[in-house]
Amino acid sequence: MSKLFFTNEHEYVQVKDGIAYVGISDYAQDQLGDIVYVELPELELDVAVGDPIGVVESVKSASDIFSPVSGKVVEINEALEDQPELLNEDPMENWIAAVQLSDESELDELMDEVEYKAFLESEA
Amino acid sequence: MKKTPLYQDHVDLGAEMVDFAGWLMPIRYTGLVEEHEAVRNQAGLFDVSHMGEIRIKGPQATEFIQHVFTNDVTQLEDKQIAYGFLLNHEGGVIEDLLTYKVDPNEYFMVVNAANHDIDMEWLLGQVGDFDVEVIDQMDDYGAMALQGPNAQEVLQKMVDFDLDEIKFFTFVENVSLAGVNAMISRTGYTGEDGFEIFVQPQDSSLVWNEILRVGQGIVKPAGLGSRDTLRFEAGLPLYGNELSDDRTPLESGFGFFVSQGDFIGSDVIKAERESGTARKIVAVELLDRGIARTDYPVYNLDQEEIGHITTGYKAPTVGKTIALALIPAEYAKLGEELLIGVRNKKLKAVQISKRFLPRKK
Repeated sequence: MSKLFFTNEHEYVQVKDGIAYVGISDYAQDQLGDIVYVELPELELDVAVGDPIGVVESVKSASDIFSPVSGKVVEINEALEDQPELLNEDPMENWIAAVQLSDESELDELMDEVEYKAFLESEA
Repeated sequence: MKKTPLYQDHVDLGAEMVDFAGWLMPIRYTGLVEEHEAVRNQAGLFDVSHMGEIRIKGPQATEFIQHVFTNDVTQLEDKQIAYGFLLNHEGGVIEDLLTYKVDPNEYFMVVNAANHDIDMEWLLGQVGDFDVEVIDQMDDYGAMALQGPNAQEVLQKMVDFDLDEIKFFTFVENVSLAGVNAMISRTGYTGEDGFEIFVQPQDSSLVWNEILRVGQGIVKPAGLGSRDTLRFEAGLPLYGNELSDDRTPLESGFGFFVSQGDFIGSDVIKAERESGTARKIVAVELLDRGIARTDYPVYNLDQEEIGHITTGYKAPTVGKTIALALIPAEYAKLGEELLIGVRNKKLKAVQISKRFLPRKK
């Protein structure tokens, strides 16, 4: 059973077996436009909530991705190094980094999918 | 925030609008790369109504232009256009612009939106005893650029004369375009063939929509995002990036548009031509993964900061991560490596030719 959460910076967290798969939402990829480069974090990196966990660059700009959770980076999506456009094509399938959660209660601070949809509408 | 006469058309097309030099302009419609490729392969239509227009008129118009502008307009036929600069007394670039020669007593300047007010003030300040009028025509025109290999084919359907008559860097006035009065020049900012079209503001929307209708399946509306990647790949400078008021056009690599004559700033240029420039803009290709963007620092191989990136992109047509860097002339050498500061890393880059695109046949 996996659970999906979002931040107000348009990152998502898909949680499965204590691992948080962090990526950017469909709204984020649409706002960024053509993604041409993804900088992945180092494996084993310890991150706290709000720490940079990667950079997504469109033709026009570079955007930091901030970790929505604390823990250790246990996996990175290396496919994005050669195919950054995967983030445009299917951002929900193409997470950026996986973090071994150190404190699951942090997830309570995030939005669920319904709340995120309402948040997007309020932003529009 | 100022709006062009095409504002509502951009909104209706679903454009993402941004502040550009105080103007609310479309940065993209469907996608930057798609719009970039449309211009390279077929045609794209840009709103350039934010650009400023200034008319110089009077018996001494030619003498005045020769005094303030770096290119030699006495060499132009009527209805020819020259690219060049306004320089300050230190040789720094106040503006880069196109000067249209209507006749020896009348010229039409097309200037950057961001510099228009500075240009007007500067030009008025130089009039002195010259028998000329400097007329601000900012609000008198709507302007658009139809650019790309298929631009002529589309525009030809909307005029009743042969567009072959408009050679590169020439223009026609008072022609009928989709039934309205227009001035059309064969100019642009993309490295592709194309036209810039000036009409009365109230006619802009009609012409814009008619070009999209006639060019359906060929012409895509294109925003400022692709305008910048296109001009960068074509080696065309952007004021504020490659050009600045504390840098001569020779340092920026555009001495070709500076005549040997006498004009404001020419003494600095002449001295620089003798001694060589202190700085140069060079092109680099990144060897490490990453993108060098505008204002990122540039280092020598001893890790000393020596300059900055003026523009850099993962360039859509070139397909590589390339950039222009302003550095001391002693470091400028093809094939030599430099380091670019990208966030907390220093990435390796190699100096390459500034000719990013293959020469057109």
